[in-house]
Amino acid sequence: MTTPKISVRDVTKVFPVGKEDFVALGGVSLDIADNEFVTVVGPSGCGKSTLLNILAGLEEPTGGTALVDGKPVSGPGPERGVIFQQYALFPWLTVRENVEFGMRTAKVPKQERRRRAEHFIRLVGLEQFADALPKTLSGGMKQRCAIARAYAVNPSILLMDEPFGALDALTRVKLQEQLLSTWSQDRRTVMFITHDVDEAVFLANRVVVMAARPGRIADVIDVDLPYPRDEELRLSPEFGDLRNRVWHSVYHQQVKEPAQ
Amino acid sequence: MAVISAEATRPAKAPARPRKSRTLLVLNIVSIVAGLAIWWGLSLAGFQFPTPAEVLASAWTMIGNGTLVADTGASLGRVLAGFALGSVAAILVGFLMGWYTIARGLFEPWIQFFRTIPPLAMLPLVLVLMGIGESPKIFVIFLAAFLACVISTYQGVVNVDRTLLNAARVLGARDGTIFARVVVPASTPFILVGMRVGLGSAWGTLVAAELLAAQAGLGHRMQSAQLYYDLPTIFVGIITIGVLGLIMDRLLMLAGNKLTAWQESR
Ligand SMILES: Nc1ncnc2c1ncn2[C@@H]1O[C@H](COP(=O)(O)OP(=O)(O)OP(=O)(O)O)[C@@H](O)[C@H]1O
Ligand SMILES: [Mg+2]
Repeated sequence: MTTPKISVRDVTKVFPVGKEDFVALGGVSLDIADNEFVTVVGPSGCGKSTLLNILAGLEEPTGGTALVDGKPVSGPGPERGVIFQQYALFPWLTVRENVEFGMRTAKVPKQERRRRAEHFIRLVGLEQFADALPKTLSGGMKQRCAIARAYAVNPSILLMDEPFGALDALTRVKLQEQLLSTWSQDRRTVMFITHDVDEAVFLANRVVVMAARPGRIADVIDVDLPYPRDEELRLSPEFGDLRNRVWHSVYHQQVKEPAQ
Repeated sequence: MAVISAEATRPAKAPARPRKSRTLLVLNIVSIVAGLAIWWGLSLAGFQFPTPAEVLASAWTMIGNGTLVADTGASLGRVLAGFALGSVAAILVGFLMGWYTIARGLFEPWIQFFRTIPPLAMLPLVLVLMGIGESPKIFVIFLAAFLACVISTYQGVVNVDRTLLNAARVLGARDGTIFARVVVPASTPFILVGMRVGLGSAWGTLVAAELLAAQAGLGHRMQSAQLYYDLPTIFVGIITIGVLGLIMDRLLMLAGNKLTAWQESR
């Protein structure tokens, strides 16, 4: 491995809550290689979103550094696409206008913008809804639109915060497969947060397990399963073993200190 | 942790509606007809009211000799001028307050203070300072519209969903773009609510201002009719004011619905 695409060095994040300080991240270090697909699992409140927001440049670490391409993160950048836990579509814009938003801020000429938006809308299967407003879309369609919007800026890194968290099981599995097939055609570095252990193993090269109070990395589990992955794989014993390991690591974390 | 998709929990609302709105419409009409009948009954029973027919006749005369049109024109001109100026100022100041802490700190005490004073209470002062032309009336209406709308605009800017601001930032938007393409559309519903309240307030203030100090306008017409005990004219004035207020409110509401059709639910 040469220089990692993403490098998190001893990052801490402290939120002042009233007079107390709340340690959301207590020293997290993590390297993600170029084109690697890393999933992050952990109990609610363990600082997953906080870590992602720091990498996205939306939040500053209290201590330590976050490096992208060897340079410290300062603010958001076009090389990092973010997909939020809440869909965060602009409700007054149509699907197409949402997808074009980032290209408009980047002053991509209109023709080119149209063409690329068209391409990504087709990629996520929303071509029939290109002129629809978000309020008329289902949750899964909204999330696909958000994915197209992030892809359209052509980021080399995708930061995804529980993108499929609010979807039903079937839609979720479909979107997972779609995401993997998109990713294998057009590799990017992905950090994908989830609280679903199956999802974490199915997607990842590597599963990072986080623990809470203070937020930290409890375990890193390599997933040596070949891509492309399909539904067969979910039933295989290798998959089962890995899932059990991750499951164990997530749900049998010894609590270091009880909450006060 | 399985989360049920939002669609599953949202109640279906479409089917029951047409029936209900028909019933409501019928009840509305029944109520209006009954009200007119009671009015007519009361005036025939020797109550001091003019009958609806007398009011209609009076309205006809006033239309014929041009006074109704002239009065309505004078009143509408004032209210529209004051309302337009007030709304524009309120939107500007509201945005400034929501976006810049400095502006908020400087404007807030004054707005909070003047909000507690009915705009009409400023009329004596304004009349002394600005004379008896059109400007004092327009100014008081301006004040009414401005104060009703400014806080609402400010609330709209402050309440813009942080996730949307973050989404815009990670898509490369800078402050100017975020303001124009996220903050402005996101706060439009709040601004429109403020403008509707502002219009109501402006209209109310106008009529009262004309009752006190004007040489033309619906309020002035009613004021002079009072001297001659001319009840039909007063009725024509009241009804015209009500109808115009209703029309303006509906127009604003329609425009608002067009502008905020993207909202999830209303
Ligand atoms: N702005 C803030 N102010 C104070 N505390 C915060 C803030 N943001 C996050 N926290 C706290 O930091 C902790 C980690 O939050 P974070 O959102 O990163 O959790 P998470 O792992 O993403 O959880 P979930 O799976 O529920 O999304 C939480 O306990 C939260 O209460
Ligand atoms: Mg989270």
